[in-house]
Amino acid sequence: MLTIQRFLLSIGTLFVLSGQAVAQEAATLDERVNEIFAASTGWFVNGIFAPIPGTTFPWIVMWLVVGATVFTLYFAFVQFRFFGHAISLVKGDYSDPNDAGEVSHFQALATALSGTVGLGNIAGVAVAVGIGGPGATFWMILAGLLGMASKFTECTLGVKYRNEYPDGSVSGGPMYYISKGFDELGLPGGKILAILFSIFCILGALGGGNMFQANQAHAQISGIVGDYPGWITGVIFAGVVFAVIVGGIKSIANVTEKIVPFMGVLYVGAALIVLIVNYDLIGWAFGQIFAGAFTGLGVAGGFVGALIQGFKRAAFSNEAGVGSAAIAHSAVRTKEPITEGFVSLLEPFIDTVVICTMTALVITISGQLLIDPTTGNYMLNEAGSAIATVGDTSGVALTSAAFGSAISWFPYVLAVAVILFAFSTMISWSYYGLKAWTYLFGEGKTSELVFKVIFCIFIVIGAAASLGPVIDFSDAAIFAMAVVNITALYFLMKVVKKELNSYSTRLKAGEIKKFTH
Amino acid sequence: MKLVIGLDGHSSGEKALDFAKIVAAKADSCELIVVYVIEWSPFSFQTAEENAQRHKRREEEIALAMGRVVNPAVASLIEAGLSARGIVRHGDVADTIDKIARDEGATQIVIARSSTGGLTSRLFGSSTANLVMNAHVPVTVVA
Repeated sequence: MLTIQRFLLSIGTLFVLSGQAVAQEAATLDERVNEIFAASTGWFVNGIFAPIPGTTFPWIVMWLVVGATVFTLYFAFVQFRFFGHAISLVKGDYSDPNDAGEVSHFQALATALSGTVGLGNIAGVAVAVGIGGPGATFWMILAGLLGMASKFTECTLGVKYRNEYPDGSVSGGPMYYISKGFDELGLPGGKILAILFSIFCILGALGGGNMFQANQAHAQISGIVGDYPGWITGVIFAGVVFAVIVGGIKSIANVTEKIVPFMGVLYVGAALIVLIVNYDLIGWAFGQIFAGAFTGLGVAGGFVGALIQGFKRAAFSNEAGVGSAAIAHSAVRTKEPITEGFVSLLEPFIDTVVICTMTALVITISGQLLIDPTTGNYMLNEAGSAIATVGDTSGVALTSAAFGSAISWFPYVLAVAVILFAFSTMISWSYYGLKAWTYLFGEGKTSELVFKVIFCIFIVIGAAASLGPVIDFSDAAIFAMAVVNITALYFLMKVVKKELNSYSTRLKAGEIKKFTH
Repeated sequence: MKLVIGLDGHSSGEKALDFAKIVAAKADSCELIVVYVIEWSPFSFQTAEENAQRHKRREEEIALAMGRVVNPAVASLIEAGLSARGIVRHGDVADTIDKIARDEGATQIVIARSSTGGLTSRLFGSSTANLVMNAHVPVTVVA
């Protein structure tokens, strides 16, 4: 304990000293971080987002949507057939009272959701609607509905093939189901795919699960208190995250885990109020969403632009097919791995179909997106890259302005929500990244500490770099996970099918009973 | 006759135990079930790391409750020549004790008056008060 304290102290001193040393040239430090970062990640980003030859459509977006569609058809629309059953499971109707005290379905769902509900729903949607117009919402909802099947597949496998250790703790996720599942089916290459997934998962944890969050949290704070160097926010965030994941100061995480759901409800509540106040515009907004989905209503790239933005943001927000949720869900001790799959399919629904749509509707209704009165199409900004907005806002700032136009004080609440969401997402992803790290380098105190320190350093980099390179790298890293994960899911989906058939037969025959509580 | 004795790990539990001994001694045959409930809700929020450790923690919590509270109580009942066994469960205290009493077909529940006060119990009622209000079998509260 004493050595940990000493270590904490020395790290803290290091931060302070390096902070003082560069304080005078703060702005240039931010610039330098940005430059090095953009230069060193460019090739990776370009590869992931390369367009399909002869089109402007990134192959990776097609990859995710095709995957989700295949799973939807293969499991005969499992997301709709078992939607009600999933809710019963979360309510605990099928939970054996003798298992009380174990992780419940609700807890696994809430934990996984706290990793996904966050900036993707607030900033990501604003980016999608800002570039792709309201029509992007339509494609986002469609991607969310299809993504439910991907999530179902990966989370069932996550529980089925997790590792249980003699001390009772568990480790699970794509790296485990890929290597164990492939071995079981006698397929080659499982180990290599699992290693590849772990590498991408670490990058994803450092990107979307870390730098993007730090970056947007800084944007939100500096939007309120005025501009100041990003590394300062980064160091503060890194300090708090460090205290939780290395110092083991559980109380911070516990408080966050309790406030985050409350913030989520508050956010949806505020969105509902904005919609109720403007109820006469809801019909018009849906009209814009449908019209924009197929015509683009003048946005950059037309309807394809709307579609790409919608699909991209949905995937980034709900992470279906990415494999991260499988890590979170694998902690549930259930006799039926498939029940965890059913529960997890609610995630893209809550995250994307409900929360993201709310944000999109509020932005559309708020009138922040400027419309050319003569053509009825959206006006583009000077660069022609996105829709012109009141006050030239984008990302979190656009969402904030949209809410602020209806509820003047809400941007302050939103700022707190963004910071908390960013924090809880970082904590969740530090765990996902850690699991991938320990899969590669073995479990052990030193190995874990190395990853945690790297994770904290990236928070500072994320807060200091500008949004462009950070969002590109974050997307690329998370989508790279999906490349490996969905490839593996194609091979392993027959295992899930077998489980599904067996379970639904027993459910229909009345062998799987509800417990009276 | 079957009695369910709810313990809360405080000294007041001793009184419930003593009362149960007196009641049991008067009956021809009486089985005593000592219950300790670890307050837990399936609807709380936890981090991924806590979830991964949960099974281990649960085993530890049960072992601790058995060792510190339930086993000594059962031992003292057996020593007094009575038939007794212990149960440790996770859940809402009032609901769980009531459910065990129903499942076991108990004649009554013996429980000590709640020893903790505070704002929470004033707002939501103590476990003892909740049990008295909602139980499906007679409840004796030992002061």
